[in-house]
Amino acid sequence: MADGKASSKVGSGQLTCDSVEIWSDEDYARATGLVQILDENGHADPARLPHLPSEKLIRLYQGMLGSRLLDEQLMPLQRQGRIGHYFEARGQEAGFIAGAEAIEKTDYFVQGLREGAAAVYRGLPLGKYLAQILGTAHDASRGRQMPCHVGAAAIHHISTSSCVASQIPHAVGIAWAAKIRKEPTVALGFFGDGATSEDDFHAGLNFAAVYQAPVVFVCQNNQWAISTPVAAQTRSETLAVKGLAYAVPSLRVDGNDVLAMYATIKAAVDAARAGHGPTFIEAVTYRLGAHSSADDPARYRDGHEDAIWQKRDPLLRFGRWLAERNILDSTAQAAARARITDAIRAAIAAEEAVGPPPTASLFEDVFARPTWLLEEQKAGLRNSG
Amino acid sequence: MPEMNIIQAINDCLRVEMQRDSRVVVLGEDVGNFGGVFRATVGLQQEFGPDRCMDTPLAENGIVGAAIGMALYGLRPVAEIQFADYVYPAFDQIVNELAKMRYRSGGEYSAPVVIRMPAGGGVRGGHYHSQSPEAVFIHTPGLQVVYPSTPADTKGLLASAIRGEDPVIFLEPKRLYRTAKGEVPAGDYTVPIGQARVVRRAAARSERSLTILAWGGMVPTALEAADKAAGMGYDIELIDLRTLLPFDIETIVQSVHKTGRAVIVHEAPRTCGFGAELAASIQERALLHLEAPILRVTGFDTPFPYTLESEYLPDRDRILDALEKVTTG
Repeated sequence: MADGKASSKVGSGQLTCDSVEIWSDEDYARATGLVQILDENGHADPARLPHLPSEKLIRLYQGMLGSRLLDEQLMPLQRQGRIGHYFEARGQEAGFIAGAEAIEKTDYFVQGLREGAAAVYRGLPLGKYLAQILGTAHDASRGRQMPCHVGAAAIHHISTSSCVASQIPHAVGIAWAAKIRKEPTVALGFFGDGATSEDDFHAGLNFAAVYQAPVVFVCQNNQWAISTPVAAQTRSETLAVKGLAYAVPSLRVDGNDVLAMYATIKAAVDAARAGHGPTFIEAVTYRLGAHSSADDPARYRDGHEDAIWQKRDPLLRFGRWLAERNILDSTAQAAARARITDAIRAAIAAEEAVGPPPTASLFEDVFARPTWLLEEQKAGLRNSG
Repeated sequence: MPEMNIIQAINDCLRVEMQRDSRVVVLGEDVGNFGGVFRATVGLQQEFGPDRCMDTPLAENGIVGAAIGMALYGLRPVAEIQFADYVYPAFDQIVNELAKMRYRSGGEYSAPVVIRMPAGGGVRGGHYHSQSPEAVFIHTPGLQVVYPSTPADTKGLLASAIRGEDPVIFLEPKRLYRTAKGEVPAGDYTVPIGQARVVRRAAARSERSLTILAWGGMVPTALEAADKAAGMGYDIELIDLRTLLPFDIETIVQSVHKTGRAVIVHEAPRTCGFGAELAASIQERALLHLEAPILRVTGFDTPFPYTLESEYLPDRDRILDALEKVTTG
């Protein structure tokens, strides 16, 4: 969107609106279409493949697999009472692993609820990640947040907020600040379909457009906000069209196609870095699991839908393509699965042994220095040691 | 030393802080080109450019949410909410995000954002332009809450808020914006957060000695009552709390030890108002020094009214009534 397009009516004194073209037919087509490179059967259009060397493709696969295997081991941990809650990313791995790959180390990853494994992909040690989920003394925030709320300053990873969409203005503010400081940083912000009904989504997109902030929004439209389907969330034709009203270039992408997600996010990140402002990407995906370990989707959706989306599993699709292209054959994929499974198991055992943070840590980090009120309350602990 | 009103003191402070630190940015509705509806940011965009003083769309959640992101990136945003009554769309961002950034990240991140807002009544504004919401922010762990009453304190405390490492809710008594005048140190000037100011000292404990605690727009009203009471034989210590969180318990308790009585004045509704916390804190530390129950003179537990504003707000005579109650009996 050119800056001047929408501004010609400002202060002109005229009663009617100029017929400026806020979005073109092409913009509308992108917001209602579907970018797909790798189809459900694992076939890709060679002409549209992103330029990624084999080692990067393998890394993407391992990142998605790692997220899947974390889910497979951590959900039972919740069932055994060893962690309080858990939020699976199963079925949605392509979008956030692609996003993690598409940005630089200096960029910011602002996660929604299910993108935590992107932190591991971007360099957070697995033990640190698990420390957050287990709430141990090794956790950076020392067990102060429920599982799946990881943040890590060293890799510019910002924790989600359970309140849905709250993190969107944060991503905008980070990007806006980078622009003010004339630094080439981009913020990549994730959220879900339910978030598009929240004020923070609308304020976020509007601020990003007004200030042309270098931010890329990725909406993981997994079809369900707990029990509310997208059809009950909005009358909009797609979620992506909501971006057009803010003059934010908006695209709808097959969110289970890691190659399409990578290519789209990378192009949007490059555009943001080059000074062309924000992009909004609706990733069409599906939550294969429950909303949370406390949810039972059988109460509100039928198995028919699940069966359709099982066939669209991003991991199966990408694995098939990698095997067919002899980049990573099925033996190597099985070996990766075994190796990562063992690594997660060992890391869980090691982290569980760490134990909880000391009680006195409750009073730290409320402020840079504790107030007298906090000192007094800490001194009143029965076991203040 | 130049004489200023509170608006001029805010403007002067922001200019000084923006000159000293390029990370300081100002954002809010109408704050840029126009200089703010109360004129507190006049000239800043002209002097520092549109990247340092930014007009925002009308979305308080967007203003505070974006300011949080800016602070995470390393800037020092000073956000203006046009009226404290307008802050509620940003309530989630303030309570759940701003206040929690340091805690939820174990100190890896912090969000040293200052949120300035004109608060309190006395301007014929009805309830959308008059409320005094300090208690809800004091009740949110992770926020410092400041509510000055003089131009010099406003400048000095705002500078401390901007230079500090924590988020600060900076409430400005809008009814005093232009009526409170005083000498304000030029240039670099700070007043430490967390220290009360003794406006008027009591000599010693007597049958007519007492401490009045007030802040923001109630300080001149309390002073008027104290002056009047002095002529009636009372010996009054008036404390302007200035910072509400963390409040200066030492100065308060010392004073109550001396005078033996306390009256708390605030314009916010009484129930669960900050006066309740002060009364509880005083009796925990000074019960046996008290000669009388601690009384509160406050706004009523009603929405803030328009026509009957002066009946709602504590005034000199209501305070005098309370002084009489705690000294007879």
